[in-house]
Amino acid sequence: MSSIELPNGLVIIVKRECETCRMVVPVIEQLRDTRDDVIVFVQDDPTFPSGMDVRHDADLSVSWHHDIETVPTVIRVVDGVEVERTVGWVRDEWERVTGVGSLGGNLPAFRPGCGSLSVDPDLVDELRVRFGATVLSARRVETAAAEDEFEAMFDRGWTDGLPVVPPTEERVMRMLTGTTRSPSDMVAIVPPDLVEVTVEKIAINAVMAGCKPEYLPWVIAAVEAVCNDTFNIHGVLATTMPVGPVIVCNVPGTRAIGMNSGMNVFGQGNRANLTIGRAVQLVIRNVGGGRPGEVDRATHGNPGKISFCFAEDEVGSPWTSLAASRGVASGVDAITVFPGEGPRCVVDQLARDPESLTNTFAACLRTLHNPKSVLTFDAILVMGPEHARVYAEAGWDRDRVLEELHARLQISGEDLVRGAHGIAEGVPERLRGLTLPKFRPGGILLVHAGGGAGLFSAIIGGWANGDVGSQPVTREVTA
Amino acid sequence: MTNTNSRTNPPRTNTVLLDPTNERRVSTMERVGRPESLRGLTVGLLDISKARGDVFIDRLEERLSEMGADVRRYKKPTFTKPAPVDLRHEIATQCQVVIEALAD
Repeated sequence: MSSIELPNGLVIIVKRECETCRMVVPVIEQLRDTRDDVIVFVQDDPTFPSGMDVRHDADLSVSWHHDIETVPTVIRVVDGVEVERTVGWVRDEWERVTGVGSLGGNLPAFRPGCGSLSVDPDLVDELRVRFGATVLSARRVETAAAEDEFEAMFDRGWTDGLPVVPPTEERVMRMLTGTTRSPSDMVAIVPPDLVEVTVEKIAINAVMAGCKPEYLPWVIAAVEAVCNDTFNIHGVLATTMPVGPVIVCNVPGTRAIGMNSGMNVFGQGNRANLTIGRAVQLVIRNVGGGRPGEVDRATHGNPGKISFCFAEDEVGSPWTSLAASRGVASGVDAITVFPGEGPRCVVDQLARDPESLTNTFAACLRTLHNPKSVLTFDAILVMGPEHARVYAEAGWDRDRVLEELHARLQISGEDLVRGAHGIAEGVPERLRGLTLPKFRPGGILLVHAGGGAGLFSAIIGGWANGDVGSQPVTREVTA
Repeated sequence: MTNTNSRTNPPRTNTVLLDPTNERRVSTMERVGRPESLRGLTVGLLDISKARGDVFIDRLEERLSEMGADVRRYKKPTFTKPAPVDLRHEIATQCQVVIEALAD
């Protein structure tokens, strides 16, 4: 419902700067001669049209509240309610809406209008704050005139160690245009302080992380995905192991927001990849209260705890996507969160057949966290395109690749018991007679990503899996 | 205050930021007074389910029982998650003293 009511009758909104508005002045005069309920609002110059009694929408409140995107706009209002409208100059439409015939006989039948001042890119952020900021309930923090706001945000402990974008009302309101959800919507309860987080608080942290509004739905989905008992961000944060939420994004929206799934996929240079993951971590820090040295007890941590987010390359992939393998319908945007450490490279430049390449992957995966550790940790295998091609040419699908990997990762208890191979670490002696799998069923997540050149892949090691630790979670992304 | 800078700097305006934090005020709570003796008190021992935590807690139980405490044992389902609210409530209503043991 608008807060500025329109007067009954015919309301016409114009601006002098618009050539179509100037062109239709004789039509407006014709209407005023015919009807006595024609009210003209002018956005820019209150002396336009000259000699006419007009109302000046100086603060653009009428235009804003009635979603005027184009001038001229003609609205027919009955009992305070808009019945219909037309935009630009279309003679038939004007005649229908106004109920007056033979309008603008010497004018062309059609001419497009101009952009309304209320949607002018230079003004829209300010207007959004002027008319909409009351929806924001976060505490306002005023920095002193002599204070550097970037330093002020460091001093308040709001950052991850890198500078953040100041979350002004204008920026947060603009961020909120990225979602259809209400700013006051509760999204999740964020550990470790177990605090309810709203869309607004996520938007504030997304601004600080450097996100664009179109990334916001991805950030919201990722916050939802990590803040639950299944993913257990509390444990992922608190552990002494070097893990953090790794976010894998699936198309089609990843391309629309410009995410990187190719060259340097885990590296620097892509705004969406870097800021979506960073925003999630800032929410954990600022809303959840999860800070290093406090509840975060990591022995080493890893650089990905600032942000570790990337897209799967589905276009170039010979396989179904990770999201599809986890039950998401094709063509639906989705994220998968995984408690992961930093990636490490798998090099195999000679493999031309899938058997050999699988042997390499199995040998590398075997050493994850400790060559004698079994069943405790999951892993993501990020297959580079040149490696994936070896499988594609041999006709191995996703299931076959995983099946062959698991088959090569069955390890004799003789090699795993404590003390075997001169290593104290290992499984209890009573398991000596068994053969144990390195990974639980479903414990290897296969993703296709990376640049087109290089016979390399990457392994991202996980954290304590299953109900005692963390399970990967997949969520659809909705606007 | 006189501006001694020969160049004129544009006036700075205050920036209004939106608070990204949970805006909670931490409430302080009084600690329960330290008991003179554990004799006759119910002491809860919470095992967080870390490896070998039980070794430590078994020994604590032995020593506390010798001191005349009524010892009750509790266990979190997993060390990676906070204790479930029911378990916390159970301990709070049954014990006067609680010891939470970490181990590895």
